[in-house]
Amino acid sequence: MTAIAQRLRRVDTNLLQLVVLTVLIFAGMAALNPERFLRPYVFESITFIAPELGLLAIAMMVAMLTGGIDLSVIAIANLSCILAGLFFHQVGAPRGPDLVNLPWPMVAAGIGIALGTGLAAGAVNGLLITRLRVTPILATIGTGQVFTGICLVLTGGPAVVGFPRLWGQIGNGTAFGIAMPLVVFLIVAGLVWFLLSRTAFGINLALIGTNAKAAAFAGLRTGRTVFLSYVLTGGLASIAGILLSGRTNAAKSDYGVSYLLQAVLIAVLAGTNPAGGRGSVPGIILALVALMLLSSGLQIMRFSNFLVDLIWGGFLLLSIALAAWRNRVR
Amino acid sequence: MKSLALTLRRHPEWMVAAVLVVAVLTIGLINPVFWQPANIFSLLRASVITGILALAVLLVMLSGGIDVSFPAFAIAAMYLTVKAMIAWGFDGVLLPFAMATAIGIGLGLVNAVFVHHLRMIPLIVTLGTGTAVRGFILGVVGTSQINIDQMPPLLIDFARQDLFTVTQGDGSAAGLSAMVLVYAVIALGVHLMLRHTMMGRSIYALGGGEEAARRVGFNTRRTTFFIYGLAGALAGFAGLLHGAMIWTANPRDMVGLELDVIAAVVLGGASIFGGRGSVIGTMLGVLTLVVITNSLIILGVDTTWQRVVVGLIVIAATAVTAWRDRKRIA
Repeated sequence: MTAIAQRLRRVDTNLLQLVVLTVLIFAGMAALNPERFLRPYVFESITFIAPELGLLAIAMMVAMLTGGIDLSVIAIANLSCILAGLFFHQVGAPRGPDLVNLPWPMVAAGIGIALGTGLAAGAVNGLLITRLRVTPILATIGTGQVFTGICLVLTGGPAVVGFPRLWGQIGNGTAFGIAMPLVVFLIVAGLVWFLLSRTAFGINLALIGTNAKAAAFAGLRTGRTVFLSYVLTGGLASIAGILLSGRTNAAKSDYGVSYLLQAVLIAVLAGTNPAGGRGSVPGIILALVALMLLSSGLQIMRFSNFLVDLIWGGFLLLSIALAAWRNRVR
Repeated sequence: MKSLALTLRRHPEWMVAAVLVVAVLTIGLINPVFWQPANIFSLLRASVITGILALAVLLVMLSGGIDVSFPAFAIAAMYLTVKAMIAWGFDGVLLPFAMATAIGIGLGLVNAVFVHHLRMIPLIVTLGTGTAVRGFILGVVGTSQINIDQMPPLLIDFARQDLFTVTQGDGSAAGLSAMVLVYAVIALGVHLMLRHTMMGRSIYALGGGEEAARRVGFNTRRTTFFIYGLAGALAGFAGLLHGAMIWTANPRDMVGLELDVIAAVVLGGASIFGGRGSVIGTMLGVLTLVVITNSLIILGVDTTWQRVVVGLIVIAATAVTAWRDRKRIA
């Protein structure tokens, strides 16, 4: 019982710290630049851009739950939407009304292709990690290279430009006045939250991450569970890819490269333990909001993207230092 | 099979040497141009920078960590040094390399602080420091490339020297870059340090198990700082050498190089769990990777396949390493 109470308290401090951080960032930005920051447009654009990053961060968190990591998420996202884009260009046309007005069954098939690619890519990672026992870092570095390489071979380098209108709706449209990507994100995040905290699968993942050997001795099918977690990670990455390509109307082998660090950063900031065992979807959402507010603020203040990278990296290191300091106090 | 695994465990260099021989013979058979001195010399020259960086990664990997920050450190050391040389109107060889190495050491020690004192996983620490350093260079120092007309001439002359030249069949001359000698000397130094000093043995001990290393009396703090300091020094040195060899200082250079270098080190038989790996294996791994990726062109393979090939090499090498070490994990 005390262990559970302790655990709850720990999660709460993390969430609390994030809430404080979010409020501080928001207040700071608003105070520095009220007329430009406090405009509806800023928040609206966040609701379109944040979901893809949020999904990648959740994907990263799922991989970290078992003490692993997935460095191939960006490559999976790009490969998924490149394959879907090439499919559209095959059944429709490379451009013109044939492509734009593709009927919904075709678009649904494209979504199926993208999702299937993500799940298959995740399964490759899972097989390498559980069957061949390759370390997650190296396995996903390798597969990430292969997936990006396949993107390059398929496209020859340039972006696949032009997606059907319905596909674009997923990334740009609104439903009941809410950004479509946000709707997708909230549904998927809700499902993952349910999966992780209300099903045996999620509890098993956390147990394996806490102590793999103990979990195996307790009779958990660790291999299968870890395998499924990487399949889930791949699927989440491909949904992020769908949102990204829907928003930008293009897919390319090197889109979203800087998302990798940001996804890791959000996962770590959200209190996920990279050594395994701890991580939650609500934490990810809070960390995501905090960082999106920060990055919009920086962009409004005309910081260059490189400086934003510097601040991201610094933020990651700072959050590590803070976590270490907290642990020391306890 | 069992004896093969045992042999591999004892002498991982044999496997990579066999791969190298097979690769060289196959490529040479398909296109005899491979055997021209100019090609052989250029392959050796191409392995210098990757090789020195691979030694840095080897050190970190031997201790059970992984480093993805070294390309950023190398570029930071190179760009800052060349900028400083131009600003102060200084030209030379020894002092600039000392400065680049010192910058590398400084940055490496930052990694060490986070890894040792703040107890964070090296991958995440180095992801953060790498991004922050690159963001600092591009966002604060500058984004413009320094071309040959501005590069300090003495530095270029140093990197331009040939050990010897031979006359090829068609009458053209091919020279072997003297930088190969620099690489050989550094590699020998690292090899002697690892095999014949107490510090070298403590690096292996740390990789075998930190707690165990501490209990038998190794100073793990000093070892960790030494590892990351030396890795940073090698990265800084390699960075400036790279700039001198290609006659330009480009702050956007070496993006994604970490994957090639890690691939080479893993191919050379180093285990990511630490404690396993050697300088000779790493050098053979680097040469194999350089030979294979640089020979795609003379094999008539489209260069877009390069990423796929590197990825497959990582996966194959890690799978074999994991199979070799499977007893340790189980």
